[in-house]
Amino acid sequence: MVGTVVTFLTTNWLGQAILILLECLAVTVPLLVAVAYMTYVDRKVWASIQLRRGPNVVGPFGLLQPFADGLKLLLKETIVPSSANTILFLIAPMITFITALIAWAVVPFDDGWVIADINVGILYLFAISSLGVYGIIIAGWASNSKYAFLGALRSAAQMVSYEVSIGFVLITVLLCVGSLNLSKIVLAQSGWFWNWFWLPLLPMFVIYFVSALAETNRTPFDLPMSEAELVQGFQTEYSSMPFALFFLGEYANMILLSGLGSILFLGGWMSPIPYAPFTWIPGVIWFALKIALLLFVFSWTKGTLPRYRYDQLMRLGWKVFLPVSLGWVVLTAAVLQFGGWVPQH
Amino acid sequence: MASLDRTARQFLLTEVVVGFLVTLRYMFKPKATINYPYERSPLSPRFRGEHALRRYPNGEERCIACKLCEAICPAQAITIEAEPREDGSRRTTRYDIDMTKCIYCGFCQEACPVDAIVEGPNTEFSTETREELLYDKARLLANGDRWEGELAANLQADAAWR
Repeated sequence: MVGTVVTFLTTNWLGQAILILLECLAVTVPLLVAVAYMTYVDRKVWASIQLRRGPNVVGPFGLLQPFADGLKLLLKETIVPSSANTILFLIAPMITFITALIAWAVVPFDDGWVIADINVGILYLFAISSLGVYGIIIAGWASNSKYAFLGALRSAAQMVSYEVSIGFVLITVLLCVGSLNLSKIVLAQSGWFWNWFWLPLLPMFVIYFVSALAETNRTPFDLPMSEAELVQGFQTEYSSMPFALFFLGEYANMILLSGLGSILFLGGWMSPIPYAPFTWIPGVIWFALKIALLLFVFSWTKGTLPRYRYDQLMRLGWKVFLPVSLGWVVLTAAVLQFGGWVPQH
Repeated sequence: MASLDRTARQFLLTEVVVGFLVTLRYMFKPKATINYPYERSPLSPRFRGEHALRRYPNGEERCIACKLCEAICPAQAITIEAEPREDGSRRTTRYDIDMTKCIYCGFCQEACPVDAIVEGPNTEFSTETREELLYDKARLLANGDRWEGELAANLQADAAWR
């Protein structure tokens, strides 16, 4: 019985389609649950920083709060402003949400646990995360509202600016690995946790993390949604499920960039100590723990730092991060070349 | 040298790291908020909440219709009408408080010579309609019966300062 199912799934074309569908579900369902609980953890972390309790009424310790919120959004009326471009207005949140989800196709959760093990995985990720900007621009334009438009402009400019330095950070890692395949990047970091790239490339790790904050429009770079100036930025006119899609997409993007960060710098699914009993723990759990660590720092940042001004944001992106990361690319390349450490494949 | 020092601080993110450590320390401090419907903060015996008309232990209502509370009420929220009862004692036939006018100054309970009208510890009397906030005598007496324990204890606790 099991044998026939396995042959059907691996050989028959229909079976393979079903298999891919199952794989996608196996990634997206835990991802959406993680997104739901990320909102919960966010609120709990901010609450404890501000000496509050956070959500604690719905379910034990407020654990059912994300579902209550989701249900609330689901049951609300979808309001489309009369002056909005209806089709684009409704397409925009889908673009954000879909790009946030399809990026996960190349992320390796464990050795071999990846939907599409393509050899240009990191380029794919980079391309998809750039496409996410379209959702925001279209949302801002289609809303036909000044707050949404200005928020979208800011957000797009910010994401484009910081993608440049993220690109250089990726190049540094690629120089050290010699491959664009995400699984190979993880495998290149095998060994003790000080062999992971966060220590040899520490400045790039910091730049990556700060750029990831800017890329996901999180504090201190959340000025597309600075309430006092722009209400909710490009989300101003959205309600109900379109808003929920933006929200989910944003958090899925945060989790994606945390996942990418742990693949590039924290050894992906590797255990920090390469000996038993630590190696008995499945890689996917180590991977989840590393993502959780980075996500905690995301929330922690939101609880700690004030918001940047727009010109400060642009100055940091173009006048500090760009030269520093470019310089570090040159430095890494020189060290690899003259130290004889260029990876051979 | 100072500029070098400043630049080094900026690039090493010292101030940011210090800020992060401050918030991390706060994360483990005891909460400043309480779990409200299940926990409450302590109230002073002088707390001025919802009004109540008290009775004597034998069940006789305390109010003698002197109308001092009506006179002193700065918001003119109290309306009293009075006439002698069959046994000849002077009582109110109408004692209304418009809770939407009341400013909870406590002058009524200060003015009352017989501790009849008092402001109790209750704050949870929100209603769904405005009309429910126009209290009549029956409602105020019912409040007095419901809160008598707390009201008497509060008056007792505050008696030394009066």
